[in-house]
Amino acid sequence: MGVIPFPVLSIITWAPFVGAVLIMFLARHRPLAVRLIALVTTAISVVLSVFIFVVYNREAAGFQFHEKYPLVPPLGIAYEVAVDGMSLLMVLLTSIIIFAGVFASWTVTTRSQEFYALLLALVTGVYGVFVSLDLFVFFLFYELAVLPMYLLIGIWGSSGQVRPRGIFGWAFRETGVGSKEYAAMKLTLYLLFGSAFILVGIFALYVSAGTGSFSFLELEASSFPPRLQFWVFLAFYVGFGILAGIWPLHTWSPDGHASAPTAVSMLHAGVLMKLGAYGVVRLGMGLLPDAAVELAWLVGGVACINVVYGALSAMAQTDLKYVIAYSSVSHMGLVMLGAATLTEAGLNGAVFQMFAHGVMTGLFFALVGLVYEKSHSREIFKMGGFGRSMPGIATAFTVGGLSSLGLPATAGFVAEILTFMGAWQSTHPWWLVPAIAGTFLTAVYVLRVTKQIFWGPPSPHFDHLVDARGPEWVALVLLTAVIVLFGMVPALAIGPVDTATVPLLIRLMKP
Amino acid sequence: MTARVGADDLALLVLGLPFASFLLLALVRPLRRSAPAAAVVSIVAMALAFVAAFLTLQGSVRRGAAVSPSTTWSWIPADGGPMATVGVMVDELSMWMLLLVTLVSLLVQVYSWAYLADEPRSSLGRYYAYHSLFAFSMLGLVLSPTFLQMFIFWELVGLCSYLLIGFWYDRPAAARAAVKAFWITKLGDLGFVAGIVMLWSVTGTFDFWTLFTMGSMGTLPVEALPPIMFLIYLGAVGKSAQFPLHVWLPDAMEGPTPVSALIHAATMVTAGVFLVTRAFPLFRLTPDVLTLMAWVGACTALLAASMACVEADIKRVLAYSTISQLGYMMTAAGAGSPEAGFLHLLAHGVFKALLFLGAGIVIHVFHTNDVFRMGGLRRQAGVWLPFLIATLALAGVWPLPGFFTKEAILADVLEVRRWGPFVLLAVTAFLTAFYMFRVVFLAFFARPHGRRHGEPHVPLAMSAVCWLLGALTLALGLQQAFLSGHHEAGGPRWLPWLSLTLAGAGIALAWAMYHRGAIAPARVAALLGPIDWMARRRYGLDALFAGLYRGLLLALARLIGWIDRYLVDGVLNVLSAWTLRAGDRLRGLQTGQPQDYVYGVAFGALLLFVLAHWRLR
Amino acid sequence: MPLGAYLTLAALVFAIGLFGVLTRRNAVGILLGIELMLNAVNINLVAFARFHADLAGILFTLFTISITVAEVAVGLAIVIVIFRVRRTVEADHLDLLRG
Repeated sequence: MGVIPFPVLSIITWAPFVGAVLIMFLARHRPLAVRLIALVTTAISVVLSVFIFVVYNREAAGFQFHEKYPLVPPLGIAYEVAVDGMSLLMVLLTSIIIFAGVFASWTVTTRSQEFYALLLALVTGVYGVFVSLDLFVFFLFYELAVLPMYLLIGIWGSSGQVRPRGIFGWAFRETGVGSKEYAAMKLTLYLLFGSAFILVGIFALYVSAGTGSFSFLELEASSFPPRLQFWVFLAFYVGFGILAGIWPLHTWSPDGHASAPTAVSMLHAGVLMKLGAYGVVRLGMGLLPDAAVELAWLVGGVACINVVYGALSAMAQTDLKYVIAYSSVSHMGLVMLGAATLTEAGLNGAVFQMFAHGVMTGLFFALVGLVYEKSHSREIFKMGGFGRSMPGIATAFTVGGLSSLGLPATAGFVAEILTFMGAWQSTHPWWLVPAIAGTFLTAVYVLRVTKQIFWGPPSPHFDHLVDARGPEWVALVLLTAVIVLFGMVPALAIGPVDTATVPLLIRLMKP
Repeated sequence: MTARVGADDLALLVLGLPFASFLLLALVRPLRRSAPAAAVVSIVAMALAFVAAFLTLQGSVRRGAAVSPSTTWSWIPADGGPMATVGVMVDELSMWMLLLVTLVSLLVQVYSWAYLADEPRSSLGRYYAYHSLFAFSMLGLVLSPTFLQMFIFWELVGLCSYLLIGFWYDRPAAARAAVKAFWITKLGDLGFVAGIVMLWSVTGTFDFWTLFTMGSMGTLPVEALPPIMFLIYLGAVGKSAQFPLHVWLPDAMEGPTPVSALIHAATMVTAGVFLVTRAFPLFRLTPDVLTLMAWVGACTALLAASMACVEADIKRVLAYSTISQLGYMMTAAGAGSPEAGFLHLLAHGVFKALLFLGAGIVIHVFHTNDVFRMGGLRRQAGVWLPFLIATLALAGVWPLPGFFTKEAILADVLEVRRWGPFVLLAVTAFLTAFYMFRVVFLAFFARPHGRRHGEPHVPLAMSAVCWLLGALTLALGLQQAFLSGHHEAGGPRWLPWLSLTLAGAGIALAWAMYHRGAIAPARVAALLGPIDWMARRRYGLDALFAGLYRGLLLALARLIGWIDRYLVDGVLNVLSAWTLRAGDRLRGLQTGQPQDYVYGVAFGALLLFVLAHWRLR
Repeated sequence: MPLGAYLTLAALVFAIGLFGVLTRRNAVGILLGIELMLNAVNINLVAFARFHADLAGILFTLFTISITVAEVAVGLAIVIVIFRVRRTVEADHLDLLRG
């Protein structure tokens, strides 16, 4: 494949942003136009993502579709984008989720113009993080991806019911736990707290390298003193780790995801949490190999807690959205665990898990949104027997759940088995135990929830429930199909990912 | 058969047909909603698969060729060659299993058509879709050339049984049973997956052929094997319902009866025995695991048989008998002769399918599962003869297949001097005959209880399938008795007489207790007081699992959930509440008067000047 | 004249401006004080530019003047709006920012 004659990555990245601008200026009070613009611009990104996924040269590997335009030459800041096997998959994931998200939020009525505009702007930020090679621009995109969340949750979110109790009950009462404003504030503050660490880390590397460039490729070529590596890795780990939901800095995630509107939950749990893991792998491990090896025990150990603790917490929830949110905490633990194994299998598993979990949790949140829309309830134990009236939703939920518990022929299995293989090969074989225990716990809570909601006799609390209709189907079918397709043919994703992880590991293992 | 269609291609065909049928039924909505079309698609695909399986076997018998290493394709690519492969492995073991699975699936599907005729049309389409997927998964498992592929299909088999047990998903009991089956087998599967991952990391491969070659060349790290093989064995414990993970199987009776036939005869529970048989060259290297397997198998056999003796639900009796027979098979493998276990599996598959399908007719007639409320079925519904044949086969009466295979197992167990398991198995043989004939006497020969709703009509498809299976059972037995010449069990001379005596004693006792009424069952129960009490409570195992689930797992989850919400998050909220309070206090500084602010600025600037001046000096 | 003289003048103007800002009750008066302070800075800038023979200072002053103009315009506009809404421009009564 020759050189692509147009800046394909920039188009993918900025198409949603252009969509957002168009929506703000052209589609005032025309809800259908809003949706069509969103649809077209995200469709452009989807088509081009699939396109680059197909034409990416797996033999040559490395960063491809390179574009570079200097922004502030004296400081070495440039708009530099390219993708390798890992970011390729993440770009594809983002495209899939936002495309499904546009359909999933088809029924947003209040201020749909602003809603879609913010959503699309946010997506540009996400794409930008995955494709940019310049750390300064990377950070700008990162903030762009994080900040619109505040408005999206604060305005379009829904409030949960959390009773302030326990020895810290007074604190909960004062912070206003349960409201959507609380969730939005918590999420934003947490993530900004994290990004402060990231910014410091980036500047430390920039200064220490002394090449006067923020370019990832140039920083990758320079080696940093071990002491600096240690601290910067910690900064990156905490900064990105907050977004990835590492224990005990994960508590923003259940509240945030539970309060957010459907598409935002999909995007946030499906893609944004992956930004965190991606940041740890790309910047932490890519730039700071010595520290990555030195601190693998920490990353992996915390990940083990995440897996088991997240699954147990999910089991304890009675609100459907909280269950899904905690399952994200658990699965992100598996991602971090796979990465911490520093093995080919584990790292591939981690990246694959990012993809698998992204699609799966996107599907879950889309389904929860639908169930909520139709039954106006998220209380698991009030529901029952929905399978009879909404078989389509039940099927999709089951597929998502099976992927979540790592059933073969779904994407989740491939990710999990690779993580297991990596875990046992790593320097801490006991990581296998919590990893496997996590899958069992997942099986318990997922099937329990499925049984409670969709099986059994119809609940007396609900009548006249209907199955998904029209545009709602698109999201469900698309995401379900992706889960099954990648589960049956994992080589689709593992092929390119492997070309990115192997060089990374070689760098890590170099004495 | 045309020119040279390789065994692998035929096997792929066997595998592909049910899958195609599943895809059609799953994706084409009109097809699924129309029951007859769905059934036809599924049954035709299954019939073709059966023919292909037959041709596979016949072709290889004619060629007489040994098996070649399996055909594989890369599944998970990696830098230095694929990390995992998928493919098909066709050898004698898998070919016989193909035949059994396709045969039983086909017959069960035909039978279901009549049995489930009252179901709504759309759910029948779903039923056949699950069935096709089930058959596909089991065939894939059987043909697996690698541990990983076997695990993949292993889990799919588990999924299908979950879906089919929960076929009537709006019945709470069915929903509970389905979930329980999934969880309990998943527990075993945890061991399986851990085992293969560990095996992979010490050998670098999942491939059976490679592993066996390494084993025979002595390049396997034998000292690492015992824990690995133990973990893999755990998978078989879960699937093949060995003690203590057998608790899911009796509950699985909540599914439609044909599903039970399928699960018990061919697709689900046989998977564990098949795994042990397939991987036996590796198990052979770990004698400790084999000993454990033999003991667990024998205990399972006895325990399940004792529970069958006190059960009133006809399907549950059959379920316990399956567990018991699976115990036999596992004991055989543990005694070092998985072939005997495998033969028993094949024979058992045929007559257990018959027993369940027959029981289905019985239930169809009586509208109850309770054997004490049946009776007098002998005169109608020509099912009693095939059912009797199957019962005799299960009880191990000459010249039926159960007799030969059971005897072979006993002989092999004796040969390796495992006296403990041998005694347990012998007692089980007696109990088997007893509880099976208890059912037969109660259901078929006892006086009819109460009034029945008119003359029961048994659809032709159902009885025809039963007769066919009955004939097959008989043929298998006669073939072994007369055509294969001397039987090669190789045990001591007294062994056949012992097993016949035990079976006869069991039958006689059942006759005395439940037909003749010579011995009151209550007196026997009183005599065996504690055992009876325990067996009726299923040895407390169900309660134990339920207790662990509720008392341990859910409680722990609730605890962690509370900690997360109110402690981990609480600390955070305390911090933010303090911040809010501090802000509240400091708020007073903001008077809102611009001039106050300017005072502040001016004094601040002044302070800075002074400081700077002082520092500079 | 020596540089010191200019700087003294600027300091005096600044102090007068600051005094005005701090003591005036009327918002318009406060604005006037701010203007004085800004102009004191301008004097400094021009004086340094003259004595260091550096044109940048003068250029900077031009910028400051134009910005000051804009600032006065905006400031007065705000004052007028405040007057319309609150019917007063007494600084003491304007404490919307009070915590």
